[in-house]
Order: sequence, then C-alpha cells, then structure tokens
Amino acid sequence: MYSQGLIGAKTDSDEPPEFLATFQARIDADEKIEPNDPMPAGYRKTLVRQIGQHAHSEVIGMLPEGNWITRAPTLRRKTALLAKVQDEGGHGLYLYSAAETLGVSRRQMTEELLSGRAKYSSIFNYPTPTWADIGAIGWLVDGAAIMNQIPLCRCSYGPYARAMIRVCKEESFHQRQGFEIMMTLCKGTQAQKDMAQDAFNRWWWPSLMMFGPHDSDSTNSDQSMLWKIKRFTNDELRQKFVDATVPQAEYLGLTIPDKDLKWNPDKNDGRGGYGFGALDWDEFWSVVKGNGQMNRDRIRVKKAGWDNGEWVREAALAHAKKRKARAAVQHAAE
Amino acid sequence: MNDQQEIPLWEVFIRPRNGLAHRHCGSLHAADATMALQAARDVYTRRGEGQSIWVVPSMQITASDPTQKGENFEAQEDKIYRHPTFYEVPDEVGHM
Amino acid sequence: MDASLHFDCLVRLADDHMILGHRLSEWCGHAPMLEEDLALPNIALDLLGQARILYDHAGKIEGKGRNEDQLAYLRLERDYRNLLLCERPIGDFGHTVLRQFYFASFMGLYWSECQNSNDQILREVAAKAIKECAYHIRHTGEWVIRLGDGTDESHQRMQNAVADLAPYVGEMFHMDETSQQGASAGLIPDVSKLAATWHAQVAPVLAEATLETIEVKPILGGRSGQHGEEMGFLLTDLQFMQRTFPNMTW
Repeated sequence: MYSQGLIGAKTDSDEPPEFLATFQARIDADEKIEPNDPMPAGYRKTLVRQIGQHAHSEVIGMLPEGNWITRAPTLRRKTALLAKVQDEGGHGLYLYSAAETLGVSRRQMTEELLSGRAKYSSIFNYPTPTWADIGAIGWLVDGAAIMNQIPLCRCSYGPYARAMIRVCKEESFHQRQGFEIMMTLCKGTQAQKDMAQDAFNRWWWPSLMMFGPHDSDSTNSDQSMLWKIKRFTNDELRQKFVDATVPQAEYLGLTIPDKDLKWNPDKNDGRGGYGFGALDWDEFWSVVKGNGQMNRDRIRVKKAGWDNGEWVREAALAHAKKRKARAAVQHAAE
Repeated sequence: MNDQQEIPLWEVFIRPRNGLAHRHCGSLHAADATMALQAARDVYTRRGEGQSIWVVPSMQITASDPTQKGENFEAQEDKIYRHPTFYEVPDEVGHM
Repeated sequence: MDASLHFDCLVRLADDHMILGHRLSEWCGHAPMLEEDLALPNIALDLLGQARILYDHAGKIEGKGRNEDQLAYLRLERDYRNLLLCERPIGDFGHTVLRQFYFASFMGLYWSECQNSNDQILREVAAKAIKECAYHIRHTGEWVIRLGDGTDESHQRMQNAVADLAPYVGEMFHMDETSQQGASAGLIPDVSKLAATWHAQVAPVLAEATLETIEVKPILGGRSGQHGEEMGFLLTDLQFMQRTFPNMTW
C-alpha cells in the first residue's frame, strides 16, 4: 500500500512457459522465493520497484512527523515521537536491505528517489501544520499501512516477508500512539477538539487515497496477486480501512468529512459495511505526479541531507582505506 | 552523487540469548567493521534483541547454488545475491 | 540537605540532558546515512530518558508540585541552567559528534562519581547511564577519528569543530558556589577534579584523529542562566505548544 496500488507486475517476459509454470507452481504451493532462486525478470523487477517504493515511503515519512519533534508539547510525547520516527527510518533500512537482495544497490535507490524517478506514498506530500496532525498520521496513516503490511508478511518473496514481519512487530505502538494523541485532544479543551477535527478533515481523504486507484483502474494487479506480491485488492483494503476506522472516529466524537458516508447492510457479502463518497481522483493523480503541497520540499530536504552528508561518507570510506593500507604495511613488515 | 565508491554492505547475524544460534536478520551499510557492529546494534537491537552480534561483508559470504538441490547436490559456489557492488570493477574502468 | 540546593543541582543535570537531547533530535531525517538516523536518536532517547527521571526527582525535592513538563517547558530562559556546550547549535555532523564525544566523556566520569552520591535516585540513574555513556563515547569517538583522519575536507571541518567548541569545554569543570555546596553535601562530584582524567581520555582520540587541540579561555554563563542567543530560538520551538495553549493536557 505504500506502493499505493500503482505497481502492477509486468507479465511480458522472455522466459519460456515451462519456466514460468514451474515458478508459479512454487508460489501456488506457498513456497518462499529466496534471493538466488530462479525467478522471472518481471517478478524481480516488480519487487524491486515495490519494495523500493515502500522503503522510500518510510524514509520520506520521517519528515512530516519529524517536523514536530522539537515542538512536541510534553517530554513523554517528544520521546515517543522520536522513537516512532526512528522506527520508520529502521523500517526503511530493513526494506532497502530486502530490495538489495534483488540486485539493486542502496545508492541506486537513493539516486532514484532524489532525482524524482522513484515514487513514494503520496500521503507524505501533505503538510503537518499542527500537533493534531501527528495524532492523525499515527491513527490513520499507520492504520492504513498496517492493513497492507500484515498480509505482506505472507508475500512470496522471503526477504520482503521477513522484513515485513519485523516491521509489523514494531508497528503496534505507532498506531496506538497516534490514536492516544487524538483521544487526549478529543477529551480536552474546545481548542484541542477543534485542532483534532481540523486535522482529521485534512487527513481523512488522503488516507483513503493511500490504497490507490479503484481496482477497475489498476493495471496488472492480477499478475501481482498471482505471484503473491499483492495479497488484497486496493478496494478490498480501502473498504476494510473505512469499516475499521469509522467506529474509531465516532468514539472520538469526530465528524467524518464525507456526506455520503452511510452504513450499507449489503456490503461485505451481507455482513454490512460503510458506503462512502467518491474520492477526488484529480487530486490523487496530481499529487502522485508531483504537484502536492509538499512534494518538492520533501525531496529538496532529503537531497540537502544527502548532499550535506557527502563529506562524511567520503571521509568514512577514506579512513577505511587508510586503515587497510596501514594494516597491509604492518603485515608486510612482520 | 560524488561518492567514489559505495559504502559496503554487511550482513548481520544476531544471537538473542545464550543457548541459541546466531540468526541472520538483514543487512546494513558501513564503511568498516567497527562501524558495522555499532550500526547493527542501533538498527537491529533497539528493543534489546541482541546478546551477540556478528557482521560480515556481504560479498565475503559464499552461498550454495539453490538450483543444485536434490541428489545431485554439487556445491556450486556463488555470492549470496547479485548485488551491484559484489563484483569489483577496477577504478580505471569507471562507473558501471 | 537544603531542598533548594538539592533542586538546583538536579535541575542543572536535567537541563544538560534535555537540551542536548533536543539538539540531537534535530538530526532525525537529515543524517548523512540512514544508519545514523537511527544511531543519533538512540543517543537522544537515552539523554531525554535521563532528563525525565531527573526532572521528576527535582520536582519532588522542590515540593511545589512542579512535574517534569512544567520544569522542562515553562521556565524563563534565565532559569535554565544547562551547560552552554549543550545548547550550541548542531552545526555539521562533525560538530555534532565532537560535542557529543566531549559531553559523553564528561558524563561517563560524572556518573561514575555519582555512584557515591547520597541521593539514591542519582545513584540509580548513574548505574544505568554509565553503560549508555560508554556507548555514546565509543560511537562518537569512532566518528571523530574517521572524520579527523578521513579526507582533507573532513579534517578541516573537524579542526573547525575543535576551534568552535573549545571555549565551551571549560564550563564542564567549573565549580561555582552551588556546585561547591552540592559537592560538600555529598550529592554531586567536584567536577574540577574530573578535568585531568577527561583530558587524558579525550586527547588520544583527538590525536588518533590527527586533530590539534586548542586551549582558550572558557566562556561561562549556562550555570547562572546567562545563555547565548541560540537559546531563545531553541526555547521558542520547545515551549511553543505549552505557551500557545496554556494549561492543557497533551
């Protein structure tokens, strides 16, 4: 879902049908594919993009929340937020690590991100102007992410699945932290309630957009599902998210900014679910294509950090080289 | 991007408690072994998961060829995965 | 022991850790590599954790009902008593690791002495903090070496960091009336006695980093609330929410 349901596996490939069939049989038998296993080029390529995009999202995601670490209103909130943002960096790292097993380097992926060629979840292109945004992000954005991440723990590619298991273990406190912030605000003063409602109004629709285009508009979803890189469709996950979140919003006393939101007893095979209004797909595509409020700033900040750190990385490599040379000289002298 | 070389990749193995074996938990980038060990502690043991940490340069690990499974298992030795930096290109050849 | 003196000594320590933890947290998302985006927050979390325990303890000693947040967020600038070293801006990565190395080396010795304090909570904090400090010293010390003895550029930047931080080293070892009384009362160490050991520990690292040390006259003021100009901006960020929305629960 951090790939925003935009990455569909390419089906055209050069491999002979027997090869593809053997591979598919392994997937169907729920075998895990590991780094040196034979795999279709399309499988490898799709995973590199999907895992890469997921990793980039975690790393960019550190910025909207990191924005509030120095202004967190209490020491407890400050340390929790710092730990959360640190976790996100860690998740990015696990995912880059998984992607690297597929033949791409961290540096290549970094270049692609900073040049704008690689995408990341567009949710992070929205600004965080108030403290309540931190609560909303933890509750809604992490909530949406968890919906996608748990099924991915069973995805077919071993390193990705294992990275997701690690991520999911750490994720549990993130959403709780966000929801707790919202609860505190919603039980607080009028100013705090207004702050919470305002943040919710701004984050609700973008959170629904995190799940990507409608299934009918999603290209190549089927192959991803067949290869077990994707476990649920965009609409399935979006529906699940709405059904889980609406009662939480009602508990908080928040008004959902959707006049079309309505309980529908026929949804979910008769179990019932919420019908909701149409997403603004113009906004969705506009933000995905780079015209959200924060797109350019996010990349500019990451690029500045990367450029400002170049001398550090070069120094580390230079020192390592010097050490090796000194050790070699010493060894030769002995 | 002017880093002449990429900062090397290391595989990390952690033994969470005495009595258990080290388990592979992922990789990270560091310029040398000392920093790799420290990074491993920061990245993979933040919740106290580690007793003992091993770090190994990824390209130093030799892996069996998975296509050689079964009765005719002949150890064809390979790298653990095909990473762009595992195959050293001399500086004179330039960026590849 | 006089409660007011006890409070003052604890708050100085708490402020050092909170302010420096705050500074370090500014790096999150901007570090030279992702691995450091995890390492620096680890150090910051250790410092903030120690600060919280110390503020809580100080508030109880003071006995006026001030909790950790009221102390951390609601004092006037003149009432913050941290070392100037701790409030200095983060600068480049070299400045950050050198400042941290200096402070962690100092605190390693300080906490070691605190194991003899007659304040039980201080002894407990010290027991845990010594281990955390050991890691901070190692991590930042290794970076100082690599950056000092790396490239020409990194060497120059580290040399600049040494020059920029030199005036703020002395304050760590400066004793004033409050610290004299605190030491005499068996609460805190006499920091002037830590200077020689500190220099003996730090000098070899700087030497291995091929850096030249500089001796300058110390700039003092933090312990009496006379801060540099950057403190005002730091507090603007820190106190923003509490000042804009007074008396609310977060």
